[in-house]
Amino acid sequence: MTNFLSFPRLFSILLWLAGGLVILFLIAPIVAIVPLSFNAEPFFTYPMPGLSLRWYREFFDSNVWQLALKNSIIVAVFATLLSTFLGTLAAIGLSRPSCPARATLTAILISPMIVPVIVSAVGIYYAFAAVGLLNSLTGLVLAHTAIGAPFVVITVTATLASFDHNLMRAASSLGAAPVEATLRIMLPVIAPGVASGALFAFVTSFDEVVIALFIAGSEERTLPRQMWSGVRETLSPTIAAVATLLILFSTLFLATIQWLQRRAERQKIAHRD
Amino acid sequence: MVIATMNESDGSMIAARTRVKSLGSAKSKAQLRALLLVAPLLIFLLLVFVLPIALLLTRAVDNRAASAALPYTMSALSGWDEKSPPDEALFAAFATDLKQSPRDQIAEVAKRLNYYETGMRSMLLKTARTIRNAKPPYKAAFVAIDSKWETPHYWTLIKNASPPFTDYYLLASLDLERDASGAIGRVSAENAVHVDVLIRTFVVSASVTVICLFLGYPLAALIARSKGAVANTLLILVLLPFWTSLLVRTSAWVVLLQGRGVINSALIWLGLIDPAHPLDLIYNRIGVLIAMTHILLPFMLLPIYSVMKGIPPVYLRAASSLGAPPMSAFFRIYLPMSMPGVSAGGLLVFILALGYYITPALVGGPGDQMVSYFIAYYSNQVTNWGMAAALSTILLVAVLILYAVYNRIVGIDRLRIG
Repeated sequence: MTNFLSFPRLFSILLWLAGGLVILFLIAPIVAIVPLSFNAEPFFTYPMPGLSLRWYREFFDSNVWQLALKNSIIVAVFATLLSTFLGTLAAIGLSRPSCPARATLTAILISPMIVPVIVSAVGIYYAFAAVGLLNSLTGLVLAHTAIGAPFVVITVTATLASFDHNLMRAASSLGAAPVEATLRIMLPVIAPGVASGALFAFVTSFDEVVIALFIAGSEERTLPRQMWSGVRETLSPTIAAVATLLILFSTLFLATIQWLQRRAERQKIAHRD
Repeated sequence: MVIATMNESDGSMIAARTRVKSLGSAKSKAQLRALLLVAPLLIFLLLVFVLPIALLLTRAVDNRAASAALPYTMSALSGWDEKSPPDEALFAAFATDLKQSPRDQIAEVAKRLNYYETGMRSMLLKTARTIRNAKPPYKAAFVAIDSKWETPHYWTLIKNASPPFTDYYLLASLDLERDASGAIGRVSAENAVHVDVLIRTFVVSASVTVICLFLGYPLAALIARSKGAVANTLLILVLLPFWTSLLVRTSAWVVLLQGRGVINSALIWLGLIDPAHPLDLIYNRIGVLIAMTHILLPFMLLPIYSVMKGIPPVYLRAASSLGAPPMSAFFRIYLPMSMPGVSAGGLLVFILALGYYITPALVGGPGDQMVSYFIAYYSNQVTNWGMAAALSTILLVAVLILYAVYNRIVGIDRLRIG
């Protein structure tokens, strides 16, 4: 074992040092903002003069923040439901061997992921203004469905790539109608893929700010939209409190995704046996 | 099908042909079923996403405002030689248009003409307001409002606005314009801002890509050579910021980098800098590079990591057993083998950086705003849809070309997040 990865020892130390510094760079800002949300004083410096929950109280007592939170949840839930339904159907269609023009269709279906969000936002703003969808939660749900659906299409297509289509043939030879076979055989098998697609769609909507900035009025402002104003205008530690709550949320999200992926992998192995 | 056409007269082939036909219809039925599953999302995206963007982009060349608001003027101008002084018939046609067309249409034309020559907007709007009460002869009435109407030059400008399509905005987004003879030339220095913005967008994106590569490569190598729980922990430490909200990460950097923020107060506390002169870490290029690198680093690291994981360590062992020193084993074996990951990550980071808006807007100064900022500026601050659409077209074309390259090198189906 005398390759550069194990020898010389100096190389290994340098690699750990460099990697460690990069990890520090990635994690430090996220870790640093959490304690500041418990600061008794409205400063962004350490050491903190005292601990307090006042910024969390401010977040939960503020009508503006609560409206933003409510809007974010409503929009993300409906956008997730819609994009998961449409995206899963499309992914099943795309992975059928008989699907024509697959490359072109896939390109169109994942285009919202590829087009720079500012172009999408201005385009949607321009078109929604003409049909009266500006300043409405419906408009926001439709736009977020569009940008969330590609994540569902991609994750479900990836799951379906390892799906054993013999199962469907077996089901139909046992007398199951295609719809029944899809719902009772295919769907349970691809469920982890659908679930992670749905989570991606949810997070995409929950974190989206540029489109919200363009098409939502002050009554439809979402959490990221409100944070944007907060950072731009008066940076108060309430932002740190919201950030901490969102970090908690993304930690839960990451744990769920890891669990889903592990489950999908276990299932894959089980199928191969 | 081929068999059937070759044996047109053969009776036994008729059966075969029907079989082929029914197979064909079964195939097209299966195709239809697959399409029906794709259709709902396809139609949804065409309506909510593709069509809106297509409509926006047509605004980059759309020039119908003038001919819609000034139909009589335009037809009177079509026979005019651009040199002789405007005659009474032309003034009468212009007066008819200004009296008949809705005010917002006239305002649109006025704004459009102002791009050709500053001052045209107020000149036209003032004329439109006053001419409503005027009676023939119109030439005298127009000249009474503004003597410039006698000059053929202003009528040439109106005539130039008559074709339904224009390359004006696309040229302007590259700081080019057509002169009176139609030749393309550079706009005057004080109006030339767009090329600078495009270059700046390119420079910032390229810098972020290079920094991400230098930070991401060693960490990816470290994770790839680690095993079990260590590798998993390191990976989770990369994924956690990756999945943390963009706004959270950008706000965190604002808090950290501020003049009285965490980093400066720590440096003051350590006695490394003078409390009166904190470091300028934010609202400038440094802040943009730090925050954008932080946000885009995982997009660089993950593709490199997944390629590195597939490099068999036995190759390196073979290289060193053949006498290669560690450095040459790295540069001649490991680095070339990890290049697919580097190009995938590099392209992805560069493409994503080109379209960034939120982060530069929050941590950058006025001199750090990229093309996205100007698209937003033209669409919702000065409502110049033509310029917003032209810059969108440039950004979109650049991104699509780079994705085509990405597809060639990496495969667009490998575009997986998480």
